[in-house]
Amino acid sequence: MSKANLLDRRQVVSTLLANRKDVVAIGGLGASTNDMRAAGDHARNFYLWGGMGGAAMIGLGLALAQPKLPVLVITGDGEMLMGMGSLATIGLQKPSNLSIAVLDNEAYGETGGQTSHTSAAADLVGVAKACGIQDSRAVTTMAEVEAFAKAVHDVSAGPRFANVKIDSASLERILPTRDGTYILNRIRGDLGFQPI
Amino acid sequence: MHARADAPDTAPNWPDDIFATLQRFDVRQVPYVPDAGHAKLINRVLASPPMRGIPLTTEEEGVALLAGAWAGGQRGVLLMQSSGVGNCINMLSLIPILRFPFLTLVTMRGEWGEFNPWQVPMGSTTQGVFELSGVKVLRASNAAEVPAVLEAAASQAYNALTPTAVLLSQRLIGAKVFTK
Repeated sequence: MSKANLLDRRQVVSTLLANRKDVVAIGGLGASTNDMRAAGDHARNFYLWGGMGGAAMIGLGLALAQPKLPVLVITGDGEMLMGMGSLATIGLQKPSNLSIAVLDNEAYGETGGQTSHTSAAADLVGVAKACGIQDSRAVTTMAEVEAFAKAVHDVSAGPRFANVKIDSASLERILPTRDGTYILNRIRGDLGFQPI
Repeated sequence: MHARADAPDTAPNWPDDIFATLQRFDVRQVPYVPDAGHAKLINRVLASPPMRGIPLTTEEEGVALLAGAWAGGQRGVLLMQSSGVGNCINMLSLIPILRFPFLTLVTMRGEWGEFNPWQVPMGSTTQGVFELSGVKVLRASNAAEVPAVLEAAASQAYNALTPTAVLLSQRLIGAKVFTK
């Protein structure tokens, strides 16, 4: 069921990636990685099909290795909750080129729509802020999504975090490649690294 | 930080041997959950940019971090104690799927002269957990063999993409002493 005041996840992700330039994007396990594929396949898309809770940390490793590149993690509330400690790790490292956008539908959409902790109690913006990510935003409008998409390109002012309230409608699955070695080596190749 | 029994009277040099090997292999990201056995190595890492020590809240964060580091062109190594290996299990699935170089150095608890029974279950299954997860295990039991073991581990991890764990035995590190 969708509510009128909640954002459409595909529109949010399309907007985040519309003018991506050199952004490396990591899609968390679940619908987020599908949303990224739906916005258009790209050599710098890091699609995750597993490793739940690891999306933000993959983003941190990439951001520290490539400090001049904007790195954007797009993941869901359940995936972020599982890796909540990584917000403390990121808050300590303060990588200025890392941005995290959580698509918060307050539910585990892939497993039957069971409600998540954000539906009633957990405030991920508060968590991110309390972990030292000062630029942490509660996003409820497309104008705010657009502003965040623009901020992603400022690699000197992060880390930044956005919790985007989206509706919980279940959309047609648009699946990215599941070949992890291909996904990772395609990113490395695009960044100019040779195979070992 | 805790004292260790059976440790040499002077500060051990084997952490310097490890550090030298990591430098030689151009390891840049060093995620860790602290352990007394890793204290000297961690201090050296934190004092040696561009090598970067990255404290974690839990060990599996480090597995995911190393995947991202490699996507961005950097090598890393994960430092933890044996109790943290269990925390990593599901995240270890990223290694064969993504094929990034994985090296971890694990200080052992729950073996040689252990005082704390709570360390024994995980310490006893550490090697098995790694092997079931597709990570090769090498072990250093005394200071003299640390350089050769580290060299072999780093070579196979970074050159042959063979996921490798080095267990630094409690005999090498010294059992933790609990004093009143």
